Amino acid sequence: MAEELSLLGMWASPFSCRVKIALKLKVVQYKYVEEDLFNKSPLLLKYNPIDKKVPVLVHNGNPLLESLVILEYIDETWQGYPIFPKDPYERAVARFWAKFIDDKLLPAIRRACWGEEKGREKAVEEATELLQLLEMELKEKRFFGGETIGLVDIVADTLSLWLTSFEEGSGVELMTREKFPKLSKWSHEFASTSAVKENLPPKDELTVFLKSLFGKPAK
Amino acid sequence: MVEVYQQVLYIKLDQVALDFSIQEKELSKKREMAEENKVTLHGLWLSSYVKRVELALKIKGIPYEYVEEDMKNKSPQLLKYNPVHKMVPILVHNGKPIVESSVILEYIDETWKNGPPLLPRDPYERAQVRFWASFVQKQLFETMISVLKSEGEAQQKVIKELLDKLKVLEEEIKKIFPEGIPTSMNHETVGLLDIMVVTCFGPHEVQEEVLGFKFIDTEKTPLLFSWLKALNEIPVVKEATYPREKLVEALKYIRQVSLNK
Repeated sequence: MAEELSLLGMWASPFSCRVKIALKLKVVQYKYVEEDLFNKSPLLLKYNPIDKKVPVLVHNGNPLLESLVILEYIDETWQGYPIFPKDPYERAVARFWAKFIDDKLLPAIRRACWGEEKGREKAVEEATELLQLLEMELKEKRFFGGETIGLVDIVADTLSLWLTSFEEGSGVELMTREKFPKLSKWSHEFASTSAVKENLPPKDELTVFLKSLFGKPAK
Repeated sequence: MVEVYQQVLYIKLDQVALDFSIQEKELSKKREMAEENKVTLHGLWLSSYVKRVELALKIKGIPYEYVEEDMKNKSPQLLKYNPVHKMVPILVHNGKPIVESSVILEYIDETWKNGPPLLPRDPYERAQVRFWASFVQKQLFETMISVLKSEGEAQQKVIKELLDKLKVLEEEIKKIFPEGIPTSMNHETVGLLDIMVVTCFGPHEVQEEVLGFKFIDTEKTPLLFSWLKALNEIPVVKEATYPREKLVEALKYIRQVSLNK
């Protein structure tokens, strides 16, 4: 039986991008379906009636939701490039930072860039503190995964292109080279990796899109 | 003749000495391994996140030391082991800390392969468990906490959200237990999702008493109700049940503090 693999995604979504990167690293063929989030397709509603969000990975008719769950599934199903470390303790550390990014860092960045002006200063302070923790975790490594990209790098994809677009679109500066030399270098190296480069959306279009989605800039 | 006996005696003594020395070495190695393999759980009696880890350790039969932490007066150990979040649970194994309950549960399952598995083998089934465990935690439990911490119109809004999402879980339970909920369960067939469900909503009757309305019952959510009932009867779960009055008091306190802000 031929394997059927499709990814329902959205061009501007960093979460969809994570899955694209992972599938590219594993050298797995798939069909990509672009979803219009303002006009959701019957396919999306069928495969994800729960929260109707992307990405959705459909493997042999079976849907998988939530990018972190999908990344684990991809690593467990296809051999080849290791996305997760092998050692249980290192896996725990990677999962910890992945959760940190999704549960704490990204919401803080969103609040800092796009939140109400009233709480902006405090939000920027919070986001900066959290980014500092990630900066320290990177240490002298090229990537969070070591010499090659791994789970945490993939989950941190928002911090490369998207954060730059957030900053340009909102006027709020977060990850400057002075304050975050390691993360800034990482961002550039990450975006230059072939599996990532060919899956990133065009920057200018992304900035325009994010600005229209999230609202007024800080100025 | 005496000489022969002497020789034999000496040989025997040597043998005893050798055995003793081997035993000493083995004991010392075992002591080292025990220290190395030592498992400590830093927790809080009230925390359902901590309960998850406790249940997982008990189900797997892993011996551990428990350390109750005081959140108002965080210990140097807590701050050392979890500098990022400064929270419990923290599992320390081989001197290394693992934090975040979902991360700890996966670590336990990957490290101790002898006990009952917490996750299924098939990758798709594992993905389903992970997804629904996260749903129970984020969409259901955290919404219930929002209900606890709010009032008036804001509370009405989150109550509706909670009830709608409970319906979603109820639908999914039909697929998880296509032959219906077993009337009795045992700790060997209990997995990560069961642990999640019972630690979040096992005490639902107490939560309902404090909130003043029922959200899990035989009418609205019969399958979830039965599942929780069966899980609550498992000895290892029953032993870990919160003392009722203490839990009521704690939940009322949390509500009060939140509303006063």
